[in-house]
Amino acid sequence: MMRDLNAPFTVLWLQSGGCGGCTMSLLCAEAPDLAATLASANIRFLWHPTLSEETGDEAIAVFEAVLSGDIRLDALCIEGALLRGPNGTGRFHTLAGTDTATINWVRRLAAVAEHVVAVGTCAAYGGVTAAGVNPADACGLQYDGRRPGGALGADFRARAGLPVINVAGCPTHPNWVTETLMLLSAGLLHGGDLDSYGRPRFYADHLVHHGCPRNEYYEYKASAEKMSDLGCMMEHLGCLGTQAHADCNTRLWNGEGSCTRGGHACINCTAPEFEEPGHAFIETPKIGGIPVGLPTDMPKAWFIALSSLAKAATPERLRRNAVSDHVVTPPAVRDIRKR
Amino acid sequence: MSEGTKRLVVGPFNRVEGDLEVRLDVANGAVKQAFVSSPLFRGFERILEGRDPRDALVIAPRICGICSVSQSHAAALALAGLEGVVPTDNGRVATNLILATENLADHLTHFHVFFMPDFARAAYADRPWFAEAERRFKAAHGLSVREALATRTTLLHVMGLLAGRWPHTLALQPGGVAKGADARDKMRLLATLGSVRADLEARLFGAPLERVAALADAEELDAWRRTGPDGDFRLFLTIAEDLGLAALGRADDRFLSYGAYPQQEGRLYAAGTFAGGRLGSVDTSAIAEDHSFARMEGREAPHHPFEGSTFPDGADETGYTWCKAPRLSGLPFETGAFARQVIAGQPLARDLATKEGANVRSRVVGRLVETARTLIAMENWVRALKPGEPWCAQGALPQAGRSFGLTEAARGALGHWMVVERGRIARYQIIAPTTWNFSPRDASGQPGPLETALVGAPVRQGETTPLAVQHIVRSFDPCMVCTVH
Repeated sequence: MMRDLNAPFTVLWLQSGGCGGCTMSLLCAEAPDLAATLASANIRFLWHPTLSEETGDEAIAVFEAVLSGDIRLDALCIEGALLRGPNGTGRFHTLAGTDTATINWVRRLAAVAEHVVAVGTCAAYGGVTAAGVNPADACGLQYDGRRPGGALGADFRARAGLPVINVAGCPTHPNWVTETLMLLSAGLLHGGDLDSYGRPRFYADHLVHHGCPRNEYYEYKASAEKMSDLGCMMEHLGCLGTQAHADCNTRLWNGEGSCTRGGHACINCTAPEFEEPGHAFIETPKIGGIPVGLPTDMPKAWFIALSSLAKAATPERLRRNAVSDHVVTPPAVRDIRKR
Repeated sequence: MSEGTKRLVVGPFNRVEGDLEVRLDVANGAVKQAFVSSPLFRGFERILEGRDPRDALVIAPRICGICSVSQSHAAALALAGLEGVVPTDNGRVATNLILATENLADHLTHFHVFFMPDFARAAYADRPWFAEAERRFKAAHGLSVREALATRTTLLHVMGLLAGRWPHTLALQPGGVAKGADARDKMRLLATLGSVRADLEARLFGAPLERVAALADAEELDAWRRTGPDGDFRLFLTIAEDLGLAALGRADDRFLSYGAYPQQEGRLYAAGTFAGGRLGSVDTSAIAEDHSFARMEGREAPHHPFEGSTFPDGADETGYTWCKAPRLSGLPFETGAFARQVIAGQPLARDLATKEGANVRSRVVGRLVETARTLIAMENWVRALKPGEPWCAQGALPQAGRSFGLTEAARGALGHWMVVERGRIARYQIIAPTTWNFSPRDASGQPGPLETALVGAPVRQGETTPLAVQHIVRSFDPCMVCTVH
């Protein structure tokens, strides 16, 4: 059913097996703030666990009105993994006040939603909630880790025809969420705008490496050896920025920030199963002294050849600064006429 | 249930962090008994087992989106204990700034987004202050709600500069922080904090932070209500007086704080207990978790967290929550900003604790007084950062050992207990602030602090989600995702 473009784009937001961090991040939207951003696209929250007045019966009445079709639901946003345990009952998370497993509420509501949006890596793929022994039998809406499936099944399509839109990230950047909703509300997000894991390409077609201020260290393989060093964190400290699909270093977080700008590795939190890298997060696994895990689209032989060449050519400045927590050797200032 | 008693099941309980259900037995217009349930179990303690101990810095913060730095800090402290490493001076001060930023942001979120919008409900339309409450605090749209979110967003720029991002930073390390600040960062931090100060002084307090921090007793608080500067703080005091919030939601008045913000000597807010009008020290060996009414195995006896376990028992019909019941020397304790300020000796908090105990009003007042005090301290910490000096001490993990880390989240005392064997996490137990506050009954039948605080709450005719109950619940600033983890 086509939406009357003058009517508000309605959003119902539920939280399940997650930490609420994607909402906490969402509230950091700025210039303009969240309320103004949503208003600009005529997006209206029917109910949100953090923002809405309605509690208890009042909230359940909203859900029931959506299920009965009295209120049109343009986007169902789910934050947090879906819990199937114990023993397939889903009772590790019952929706408070309803004695019903939240995964069942989500399945019913997804069936009447024009779009279903997974907010964060937990809702998309299971995420940290599915890590280790996965005590709660957690999964994503349409993925179980890297495998299609999850709570709604691989074949699920929302009423408007799209699979679940996976705004992956742990947490999500506020604008990944608002821009996804704004594009949906404008009718501008189509199947081809999602990548192979269902992530909106407007942010997933970038790599965290893009715009990382440590790029010069990367170019010369001048590596950080310990936490707080300035060098590239790929060789020793577990950084996956060259493989991680996100625009964190061009979009930036909380003003001027990003993980690598904060001095710590990118752990590829937009990817399914990032929670189980197979090694300690802040340590790069190596075979024969060579880091396992190549930069995206880089042939291995070339990477090794370029790396050894780059290492041999590392300027002394970068070699020294890479293992310091502040710049000890600034770039030389040259007379521009003597180029 | 006796005759004339009605049972109410309240949920989903929103404008708290995470999921909460409260069961109430109501008779003669008041709550007779309350049972607090945390309906979400994820099992982070089990997720952590078997991993490299350093992975706790990635996994533990993701317990909670609103206390992620506190969770990270507790893990870093436990790792520091294992490594025997002491943070550098810069590392300690930067850690204080990062943790204080989160705690301050949470206080702002709590007051403006979670707590105050209940007074803008139509049910209060007949009160003289209603129009102003609605204008400022209507959920999501009120003027103060939006302005506070903007202030919070500005404040969290501290994270962009010092920690990379918020939530879920990896910046906090056992030996300090992963990123240094230079002189221009210090200027930028002072500008950010200065802007936050200006916002709070203009809108929340209507007065300098120092005046709020210096409030000395209940009389001065009352004078602020009667003749103080216009601001959201005074509006709250007006509402609190009209609705009698000081008589609502008293629990056992036993307070616990692990202490916050280590300085060169001592902490900004001291660790301790306060009960029966007396200060005491925290004996962590006397902490134990009771599983009698938690849907958890291990019900035979309470366990100290070094011996604790987390095996959910979905078939358990006696248990009514996934939350365990932590007790100190066998007693429930209340934790949070008010408790922290009482134990730290802030004169107004101490006076309120003595005269009226913890209640809806004093918990909120404690949080706002702490907001002022902490922001003042943060400005001094920025000035104390020393560019060029080290930010992160380096240590090495032993193959085996055990250690714990204690810190203060916005909503109270948070502890991690870690046992390492053969270089891997063999056991990890977490007791979060709301685990203390919203714990269920224990083997001896003692209710948790919220369960006690709800007894006697008025339930008006026809109310299914009583407003008084909502005020009491939200006055604790609960974080339910931390509670069970």
